[in-house]
Amino acid sequence: MNNFDYLKAGDIQDAIGKSGSCTDSSYIGGGTNLLDLMKYDLAHPTTLIDINHAGTQDAVTETENGGLRLSAFATNADTAWHPLIEEKYPLLSKAILAGASAQIRNMATNGGNLLQRTRCYYFYDANVPCNKREPGSGCSAILGYNRIMAILGTSEHCIAVFPSDMCIALAALEATVNVEGPNGPRSIVFADFHRLPGDTPELDNNLLPGEIITSIDLPPQGFSDNYSYLKLRDRNSYAFALVSVATGLELDGDIIRNARIALGGVAHKPWRVPEAEEFLVGKAASEENFAQAADIILRGATGYQYNDFKIELAKRAIIRNGMMALHPETQLPGALPSA
Amino acid sequence: MEASQKQVGQPLSRLEGQLKVTGTAKYSGDYQVPGLLYGYVINSTITKGKITRLDTGRAKAVPGIVEVFTYENRPSLAWFDLQYADMDAPPGSPFRPLQDEEILYNGQPIGLVVAESFELARYGATLVEVECEEEAFETDLRKEASKARSPKIGMATMLKPLPPRPKGKFEKAYQESPAQVSAEYYHGTEHHNPLELFATTTIYEGDGKLTIYDKTQGTINSQLYVSNIFGLKYKDVRVISPYVGGAFGSALRPQYQLFLSVMAALELKQSVLVTLDRQQMFTFGHRPPTIQQTRFSADMDGKVTAMNHLAIGETSRFEDYTEVVVNWSHMLYPAANTLMQYKLVELDVYSPLDMRSPGGSTGMHAIESTMDELAYKTKIDPLQLRLINYSEDDVSLNRPYSSKELRQCYLQGAERFGWDKRSPEPRSMRRGNKLVGYGMATGIWEANQLPAKADAILTTDGKLRVNSAVTDIGTGTLTVMTQIAADELGMKIEDVEFLYGDSKKPFAPIQGGSFTVSTVGSAVKVAGAALKKKLFSIAKKMKDSVFSKADLKEVVFEDSRIFLRSDRSKSVSFLEIIEANGGKPIKVSKFSVPSLLKQKKYSRATHSAAFVEVEVDEQLGIVNVTRAITAVAAGKIINPKTARSQILGGMIWGISKALREETIQDFNLGKYMNQNLAEYHIPVHADIHELDVIFVEENDEIVNALGVKGVGEIGLVAMPPAIANAIYHATGKRINQLPIHFDSLL
Repeated sequence: MNNFDYLKAGDIQDAIGKSGSCTDSSYIGGGTNLLDLMKYDLAHPTTLIDINHAGTQDAVTETENGGLRLSAFATNADTAWHPLIEEKYPLLSKAILAGASAQIRNMATNGGNLLQRTRCYYFYDANVPCNKREPGSGCSAILGYNRIMAILGTSEHCIAVFPSDMCIALAALEATVNVEGPNGPRSIVFADFHRLPGDTPELDNNLLPGEIITSIDLPPQGFSDNYSYLKLRDRNSYAFALVSVATGLELDGDIIRNARIALGGVAHKPWRVPEAEEFLVGKAASEENFAQAADIILRGATGYQYNDFKIELAKRAIIRNGMMALHPETQLPGALPSA
Repeated sequence: MEASQKQVGQPLSRLEGQLKVTGTAKYSGDYQVPGLLYGYVINSTITKGKITRLDTGRAKAVPGIVEVFTYENRPSLAWFDLQYADMDAPPGSPFRPLQDEEILYNGQPIGLVVAESFELARYGATLVEVECEEEAFETDLRKEASKARSPKIGMATMLKPLPPRPKGKFEKAYQESPAQVSAEYYHGTEHHNPLELFATTTIYEGDGKLTIYDKTQGTINSQLYVSNIFGLKYKDVRVISPYVGGAFGSALRPQYQLFLSVMAALELKQSVLVTLDRQQMFTFGHRPPTIQQTRFSADMDGKVTAMNHLAIGETSRFEDYTEVVVNWSHMLYPAANTLMQYKLVELDVYSPLDMRSPGGSTGMHAIESTMDELAYKTKIDPLQLRLINYSEDDVSLNRPYSSKELRQCYLQGAERFGWDKRSPEPRSMRRGNKLVGYGMATGIWEANQLPAKADAILTTDGKLRVNSAVTDIGTGTLTVMTQIAADELGMKIEDVEFLYGDSKKPFAPIQGGSFTVSTVGSAVKVAGAALKKKLFSIAKKMKDSVFSKADLKEVVFEDSRIFLRSDRSKSVSFLEIIEANGGKPIKVSKFSVPSLLKQKKYSRATHSAAFVEVEVDEQLGIVNVTRAITAVAAGKIINPKTARSQILGGMIWGISKALREETIQDFNLGKYMNQNLAEYHIPVHADIHELDVIFVEENDEIVNALGVKGVGEIGLVAMPPAIANAIYHATGKRINQLPIHFDSLL
């Protein structure tokens, strides 16, 4: 870890200004990932700009169109436990609560959740090749121990996975990310926020230098009647997903009117295939139909030896979670498989 | 027995518990002294080769950085391997930190930055430039298995006997038996990962004297190590370690932070604290990966006829670390034909190190899984198969056990678990969308005793003070020793003080192997007995003594008094005895030595039986251990509460070993990849469900004077096979590689 300066931003413009006036600066919210990266000697900001007080810490405000706006500066815990989120967007609440630990969720901010970096072992070891950490150095994971790595949207340069749970729900809910930067404000639809590795694996997302996430908008449809978040991992809590699934359904009797399925733990970004969701519309909410949707979602999935199992596991998880969404009241804490 | 038994057998809470949970207890990294300097270790980032260039200039130029030590500027040190050997050193050449430019393994300490703060030292470490010439290396046990060879023999072999000689004709008997089972097992590397990080604070006292707060399982072990290497007089090196935040074997050997802290303190003539961080906790000893092959056979009545067990373990290039992996099956099952083999493969890693139930938890997983397979092969209930092959004697050495209540473990465990509700076929029990499986396994661990010494002092205020150098690694040693001492003298707990964790106190060996209570407890007992004798002889000589015609057998020690057994109205208080002694304290010092003559005719072991229920999600493979019961026969239980905690901890470790824990190795890079507690998975609360412990009554007059056997390891041993067997029963899938990943059940 290197020495660094610490500045506290009073508001967004102050933060952007401070960021513009120093080189190698980094915004810091909860710091639950950034401080680790600094201690591991992977991130070397010379200035930390604290943005915790640059925006509102009230987790939720209602928007005119009947949706909700999440403050980027609120904590994951305050968001997950907010009565409006629990009532209207329980899928988001369950996904957030399946992530990390209570202590981390108490510190981590919503904006920071979108920006957390991969947990790839090779990325975290400063002394081995990693294209994400050091472009052009190579990918150690492809021929290494890749149990936790991606099966979809990979490139020859990187097979890392984006580790968030919250974002899998946000992808399914079709959230919008509002950002502010040196060139003013803009909004990014969730599907366009994170990137696939391609030949620039060092870029996790499409945020431009100096930009700050200010809020995240949720559209009115929250799938609060039929939803489920399922997280499969190597222990029942405090582990990243090997495969996770966020499912939201609008049902008319047994018939699906609208479906959303997003996968976590399988790609460099939350993985959604609209074609699979369209396939389900007008069909019965059955294991067979979810299986066919799973085949569409997993088209082109490739294993790298130690993660081959993820293809079959993801398929089963999509089927199971589809059926779990029919009975959201049976959901267990930690997004464990239902009894 | 003349002493009352009021304290022994009581579920006393840990005497230091409050200090620990309130943060008052000081661990080895918590001693802030004026002028304390902080060291941060630089570790090699390559696996094998030579350092070709070192530049510490940039680091040294930073204000507040005091010195950077490397092999180039370290002081000249002891020359002979023996001077680096500790009580737990395997045969070979112990690793010497900062010895020369050679890199022997990934993560090897190659430098120490000393600065005015920890943060500064850590920053300085990033400024040291190191260039290396890399050489080819190998860290993959399975790839190198064909190079397995017999281990070297040394001092360590005394506590870790080699496999017993072959008996009968294994190959012939195996081939001719109607039921045969063969299987291969693989266990990966594991790291101890105690919560407390390794730290040593060396207080530079001047005059060549050092007071060292070290995280260790043996204060005298650390003292001897430091004295020998740095050429200091034993009496000038004092190692103190009252609280240890878990160790599990990792602190049985002095680790490199001790060496570096002492070296820096001596060179700089200042006090130095060296703390390792979590990543560095993966840069010394570990449980070795092991390959096992078993071939067991039986007749159709279930009698085991032949057993072959081969284990190939990993060791380093510089020491032959060994474990007792293959000796256990024949201690349990009286097959007439046996072939037990144990071999090592040298790899470019640090030497492995004893980790809770070393060898036993590895070997018994293979043995008890193989027995389970044999049960299915012979269509005999797994518990019944164990009973059919039950042996009162240790047939591997043709001698009786000092005591063995394993049968009661089986029966009481099965009863409480409800084993009779198990339907024999795999995949035949269900609960909703979960497959349910019942599995059981046997556990065994040795019950050793080593020599130790203790002082017992009756202080001038009539209290008892007992001294030993032994540590308390969180197991309850302090509490248990206090109970033993209190009973020996017939005193209340609050009148007894056990002082420990200090190399200046009477000798105790390293704390491990489940032999501490039998070893140090025996010393406390004999010291207490000697003190009683002395008190009585003083009481006898008192003016108008009520004991003038009595001998020791005719009196009772109770409530800090001596009573005449035949007339309890006649007694003398300890305070009166102190007065009779001229107001001076009364002290005895006693060595306790195992009575080998008595012990050697017997095998001495702790036994257990574990019964486990698992639920496996049929669609997704997710496994939960929903219920587990371990019945333990461990001789006399001094403190049922701390003993139960030991067994529960062992059982949770067993769940961890079977389903969670693994050090991920990348063989291309020759290094461990998950060096943190987010990715090194141990169980979380949500992984642990109903656990229960039964202590079976077991009377043993041979094992030691206390009749205790130790409970540190036995709780773990039977759990991994019981879980693996339950998973087979639930799913019909036999997974012989630990941990069992849920996706292998898809």
